[in-house]
Amino acid sequence: MSVLVLAEHEAGALKPATLNTVAAALQLGGEVHLLVAGADVGPVAQAAAAIPGVAKVLVAESDTLAHPLAEPLAAVLVALAPGRSAILAPATTTGKNVLPRVAALLDVAQISDVVAVVAADTFVRPIYAGNALATVRSTDAIKVVTVRTTAFAAAPATGGAAPIEAVSVAAPAARARFVSAQLSKSERPDLTSARIVISGGRGMQSGDNFHLLETIADQLGAAVGASRAAVDAGFVPNDLQVGQTGKIVAPDLYIAIGISGAIQHLAGMKDSKTIVAINKDPEAPIFAVADYGIVGDLFDVVPELVKELG
Amino acid sequence: MKVLVAVKRVVDYNVKVRVKADKSGVETANVKFSMNPFDEIAVEEAVRLKEAGIASEIVAVSVGPQAATETLRTALAMGADRGILVQTDAEVQPLAVAKLLTVLAERDQPGLILLGKQAIDDDSNQTGQMLAALLGWPQGTFASKVSLADGTATVTREVDGGLETIALDLPAVVTADLRLNEPRYASLPNIMKAKKKPIETLTPDQLGIDVAPRLITLSVEEPAKRQAGIKVPDVAALVEKLTSEAKVI
Ligand SMILES: Cc1cc2nc3c(=O)[nH]c(=O)nc-3n(C[C@H](O)[C@H](O)[C@H](O)COP(=O)(O)OP(=O)(O)OC[C@H]3O[C@@H](n4cnc5c(N)ncnc54)[C@H](O)[C@@H]3O)c2cc1C
Ligand SMILES: Nc1ncnc2c1ncn2[C@@H]1O[C@H](COP(=O)(O)O)[C@@H](O)[C@H]1O
Repeated sequence: MSVLVLAEHEAGALKPATLNTVAAALQLGGEVHLLVAGADVGPVAQAAAAIPGVAKVLVAESDTLAHPLAEPLAAVLVALAPGRSAILAPATTTGKNVLPRVAALLDVAQISDVVAVVAADTFVRPIYAGNALATVRSTDAIKVVTVRTTAFAAAPATGGAAPIEAVSVAAPAARARFVSAQLSKSERPDLTSARIVISGGRGMQSGDNFHLLETIADQLGAAVGASRAAVDAGFVPNDLQVGQTGKIVAPDLYIAIGISGAIQHLAGMKDSKTIVAINKDPEAPIFAVADYGIVGDLFDVVPELVKELG
Repeated sequence: MKVLVAVKRVVDYNVKVRVKADKSGVETANVKFSMNPFDEIAVEEAVRLKEAGIASEIVAVSVGPQAATETLRTALAMGADRGILVQTDAEVQPLAVAKLLTVLAERDQPGLILLGKQAIDDDSNQTGQMLAALLGWPQGTFASKVSLADGTATVTREVDGGLETIALDLPAVVTADLRLNEPRYASLPNIMKAKKKPIETLTPDQLGIDVAPRLITLSVEEPAKRQAGIKVPDVAALVEKLTSEAKVI
């Protein structure tokens, strides 16, 4: 019995979330096979083969897989399911989109956002915005699991030399088509894997004011994040939202500026190693999880911080 | 075109949930329940499609206890035309909900099914995708914009990298993300009118679906509490703490 992991990649590069997911897969026991699906994925397959612990890389190459649409991707995973004990993907928007579809086609449950592997059939997952942790045992023959990447230390990226094997891809009728993408471009580290994250909330008052945070981000090599309120208000794009229904982050340092600390926001960042809060309201709930807090007007404090770090 | 909307009764998002002492689950006695916030967004989208003359009828479905009738009444007050309660006191997991919705979709033949992207109690984010799989329909998850024309749904999705737009042949399943719309509050006259709208009650047995859970919950525990730290007087003190105490910069 083997474990199949769906590799996540973009622009010809393997995404770090894959390494965290491989680490979770290695805890299940059995061989770990990595599926690289897409168009022109040769370099990704090479990178996948270099991950120590991966026994085999399966490559599904087809134009129908050029974008990770759920329908064709699920068809590939279902075709590869027989004989597997588990199918894993990172709990990214791609993993969350496709794995439930795979599970339903296999008539098994899907286990979302796993933060710990207790046994090959038993997992821990957060519920109620992380206010509770449920330990669940699957009674299904195949475990279909999405992995919360911040909960598993990344497997090393190099040192392995797994064989690469092509798999055939059936082309189901394309009832879903890719039209366009509007992807945010940033030179800064990826939000979900950055060592430092600096986030702004409604208190920032405008998108322009986020430049203040960007300056600090560049001083510290940090990624920029935001609360839902800041995204809803149009200050920053949706891909910066941290929280229960946005991105989950757990950096070494999380700096929350003008963010009140609603439970839905805390759900996305409370596992950060060190938390700093800057807020003018001394009663703001964010201070209850912050290691260091400054009570003050962010428009005074943040420029001082820029100076101090400069 | 008929539109089906799935609405779940969940513990209100403002409630600070507590884990039960016996670790069997969270405390649900005497707490406020509401419609899952993402489902309000899904209902709102359906109502806008009806107002735009695209949807002919909106059917709201809830799977749960008798009390889920209140959730259906909320959907009816927002503008849904009729409700279906699939009544059960048992825990119904996403795969089983998807199977129940599949039977209802085959019966009622909607052109579009709207769901929330995620129920804020189980945080599964699965049901819409599973439903699309079981029906063999295309799916547009995490939608922040939906437009329908010529048998096609064009859906803009919130993805990790930004936004993605896809085109789906109808019938299709769409799950709502936060920024799809801002749901309306039901007006008092509409709340009164909703009391007269029909709600059909069915059981999983009548629909021929076994809803036995596939995942057995062994325990539910409280996560480790974070200790509140200290307030520092100024930026210089903060930077000093971050460098020499926390050693993170
Ligand atoms: C279904 C659902 C899902 C949700 N998912 C998420 C999610 O994933 N992520 C998320 O973040 N939220 C989420 N929310 C929203 C959440 O409940 C809060 O509404 C949101 O996090 C509030 O954002 P905020 O802290 O920026 O704004 P507010 O709560 O308005 O707080 C602003 C803070 O800024 C401070 N402030 C204002 N001006 C200044 C100043 N000049 N200097 C210093 N401080 C200042 C204020 O004191 C206040 O504490 C969700 C809600 C629902 C219902
Ligand atoms: N018991 C239920 N009754 C009605 N709809 C549900 C139920 N459970 C889930 N749903 C729908 O499926 C969506 C996603 O739920 P989940 O997969 O549990 O996160 C919800 O937002 C609802 O639209």
